[in-house]
Amino acid sequence: MYKIVKMVAQRLALGLVTLFVVSLIIFLGVELLPGDLAQEILGRSATEETVAAFRRDLGLDLPPHTRYIEWLAGIVQGDFGRSLASQREISELIGVRLQNTLFLAALAAIISVPLALFLGVMAALYRNSVYDRAVNVVSLSAVSFPEFFIAYILILYLAVKFPWFPSLANVDPTTPLMERAYRSFLPALTLTLVVVAQMMRMTRAAIINLLASPYIEMANLKGLSRSRVILYHALPNAWAPIINVIVLSLAYLIVGVVVVEVVFIYPGLGQLIVDSVRTRDIPVVQACSLIFAATYILLNLTADVLTILTNPRLLHPK
Amino acid sequence: MTTETGTTERGAANGGGDVLLEMRGLRIEGQSDEQWSDIVKGLDLTLRRGEVLGLIGESGAGKSTMGLAAMGYARPGCRISGGSILFDGMDLMTASEDQKRSLRGARIAYVAQSAAASFNPAHKLIEQYAEMPVRHGLKSRTEANADAVELFGRLRLPDPEGIGFRYPHQVSGGQLQRAMTAMAMSCRPDLIIFDEPTTALDVTTQIEVLATIRDIVDQFNTAAIYITHDLAVVAQMADRIMVLRYGELVEEAETRRMLSAPTQDYTKSLWAVRSFQKQAVMAPEEATPLVKVDHVTAAYGDTPVLHDISFEIHRGRTVAVVGESGSGKSTTARVITGLLPPVSGQVLFDGKPLPGDYRQRSKDQLRHAQMIYQMPDTAINPRQRVRDIIGRPLSFYLGLNGREREQRVRGLLEMIELDPDAFIDRFPGELSGGQKQRICIARALAAEPAFIICDEVTSALDQLVAEGILKLLDRIQRELNLAYMFITHDIATVRAVSDEVIVMYQGRIVEQGPKDEMFTPPHHDYTDLLLSSVPEMDPDWLDTLLAERAARKERGESVMASGDQ
Repeated sequence: MYKIVKMVAQRLALGLVTLFVVSLIIFLGVELLPGDLAQEILGRSATEETVAAFRRDLGLDLPPHTRYIEWLAGIVQGDFGRSLASQREISELIGVRLQNTLFLAALAAIISVPLALFLGVMAALYRNSVYDRAVNVVSLSAVSFPEFFIAYILILYLAVKFPWFPSLANVDPTTPLMERAYRSFLPALTLTLVVVAQMMRMTRAAIINLLASPYIEMANLKGLSRSRVILYHALPNAWAPIINVIVLSLAYLIVGVVVVEVVFIYPGLGQLIVDSVRTRDIPVVQACSLIFAATYILLNLTADVLTILTNPRLLHPK
Repeated sequence: MTTETGTTERGAANGGGDVLLEMRGLRIEGQSDEQWSDIVKGLDLTLRRGEVLGLIGESGAGKSTMGLAAMGYARPGCRISGGSILFDGMDLMTASEDQKRSLRGARIAYVAQSAAASFNPAHKLIEQYAEMPVRHGLKSRTEANADAVELFGRLRLPDPEGIGFRYPHQVSGGQLQRAMTAMAMSCRPDLIIFDEPTTALDVTTQIEVLATIRDIVDQFNTAAIYITHDLAVVAQMADRIMVLRYGELVEEAETRRMLSAPTQDYTKSLWAVRSFQKQAVMAPEEATPLVKVDHVTAAYGDTPVLHDISFEIHRGRTVAVVGESGSGKSTTARVITGLLPPVSGQVLFDGKPLPGDYRQRSKDQLRHAQMIYQMPDTAINPRQRVRDIIGRPLSFYLGLNGREREQRVRGLLEMIELDPDAFIDRFPGELSGGQKQRICIARALAAEPAFIICDEVTSALDQLVAEGILKLLDRIQRELNLAYMFITHDIATVRAVSDEVIVMYQGRIVEQGPKDEMFTPPHHDYTDLLLSSVPEMDPDWLDTLLAERAARKERGESVMASGDQ
């Protein structure tokens, strides 16, 4: 157990370093953008003086490294600065949005992960059967359509022709949980269709990959049923690759939701980032990018820890 | 008990038992490249209750396939295509998958060659033990657990109460093999298939596993099919022996008769395999040794593996290094080749010290020490043709190219007794195990070395093939005046090839000297254990040895425990 705590601490430290590097890249990237921010925001009619005053106001007249250090120092204290467009605190702006995005991701994960595992295990169990092929065809088709296409198809059938679910997922902090889940159902379903195929196929492949190992032959020679062999003998050894694909999918659910949020007008981070890019609201874009990076790092850390927890060789060394 | 009852008596006593398993005209086909070809070609087999039948033959003889067929099981890519299999009156050819499933584990159990690979790494031993009786509805989980502890004890596993709660990777190979035998016993089956259960073990460990298998089979009067390629082992275990070759029966007889009076030439050739003997080479008295390992201590990280090792190897001579796995044999080779720089001490070549790290050695220094490995399958690149495999060291070390290189490759192929025209364009996949090992030898020779390290070069090969390799190495040694360091755990090989012997145990040299001295008592305790553990053809060997060791223990003399404990 001590080893795991130590490893988690090490990985967290490493994650912080990565985050630091990412922040540098984000800052430099924004810095390299052509054009003058103040000029862009104030428009062409602005006089030299107003632009200069605005630049001073934003601190743009300071050298880049000073601005970077100030920006970073702010973030460390939880202060992301102010939005240029709305003049609101970014942390406040992002807070609600992030919650919404996480809620949508969680809802999609709750549907997609068990579904993918179930389909994958069944496909491994009845591999090369009609069922196996059907699941493969359907899930691969789903993943190869663009997200907005799936979204519109779902809207057409589940919101327009059969008005079971709302096509606009407008939620706010006061919406009760069940109502929230109901309104977010279509975007969650869209995301599910997008991510389920990879997880399902990895589950199937990881299990089938193990079926040639001597301990699976042994399990068969012990006279165990097929489902027992797959579930008890193959699956526990297949977790490592499956977990990694699940985590990558989860990361996608959080950082890749832009299109889906826009289609369903869902007030999440994706919407915010699109709006901010349009209005050149650079501090907000920077903050969102950093949050996405942190999400990736945290989820990968989770995957590593789970991989260790599911592997007795690592969990109980000699 | 085993010690009182010899193999013959057991066989005779059960000779009149009911027929338990009967196979008639069994045909099994295997698929390769979309084509089905016969693996087993119409074999008959009869096994009575309580009888132990030995199946012996080289790899590819169809032994394991036969063993699995007794459970009505064919590996993926194989199919049972004809004949009949009757187990206790039940026809396994027509039985449904469910019927066969209820038989497997419960009435016919299987012990695999590598317990380390056949135990599921994700579950504790006791869970895997209890799984069979619980799933077959024979015992409750609690009963099965209690039974596991009892059987672990009977199989003389250390700490029978606790060992079940360990994961497979936490238990040594010999113990795992015993735990697997215990698991096979968990439903008290009528028949157990032992598929080379001791092949992967050291001799010192093997003997204990053999003893426990014999014990347990006797205690429960279980019938068994014992599959192996080792004659001496099967002589200890079986009442009756069937010799197989290319999926056909060569000869079948009761064990003693088979050993004393084999009728078929093939059987006789198997029996005669260990007859090869190298001509003794006189030690050059004053010459500088070609390789001198001088007080070498080495470690992997913080774990010390070699402690103050010193020995010499002279031109034209073979030094055999013996010891069980983990004794530091291969690590010594890694130090000599510079793959593992020593912590202290040094390696001298022709009187001059070599840099500890191979990266600091000159091309010429590297050229002079070549290696041949245990697994020819993994030691050569499957995507390269023989021409490139052998040609690479020619261009790298000697700068040969074009026609000159081609000629040298052909010359080397002739030297290893493979026809250049037939083999130069082949891929490793188109070669047999023995041929691959010959290619590895040619590759080593291509560098024109003075010294070759042979790391268990015959362990993965059948005995007849291994014999050929040993003879080849011997001939080349005489022609080129090469020095060999021969790493092996097989005492028969040591007897055959060595001029000098080094015995290693737990990273130390416990004894070294000329071969004749080493095989004459008195020995160091460990050498004694090692030598006495090598199975002999005499069917009473195991009984005698166990009785002897027990007697010594009773007299309070030390019997050295094997590294397995």
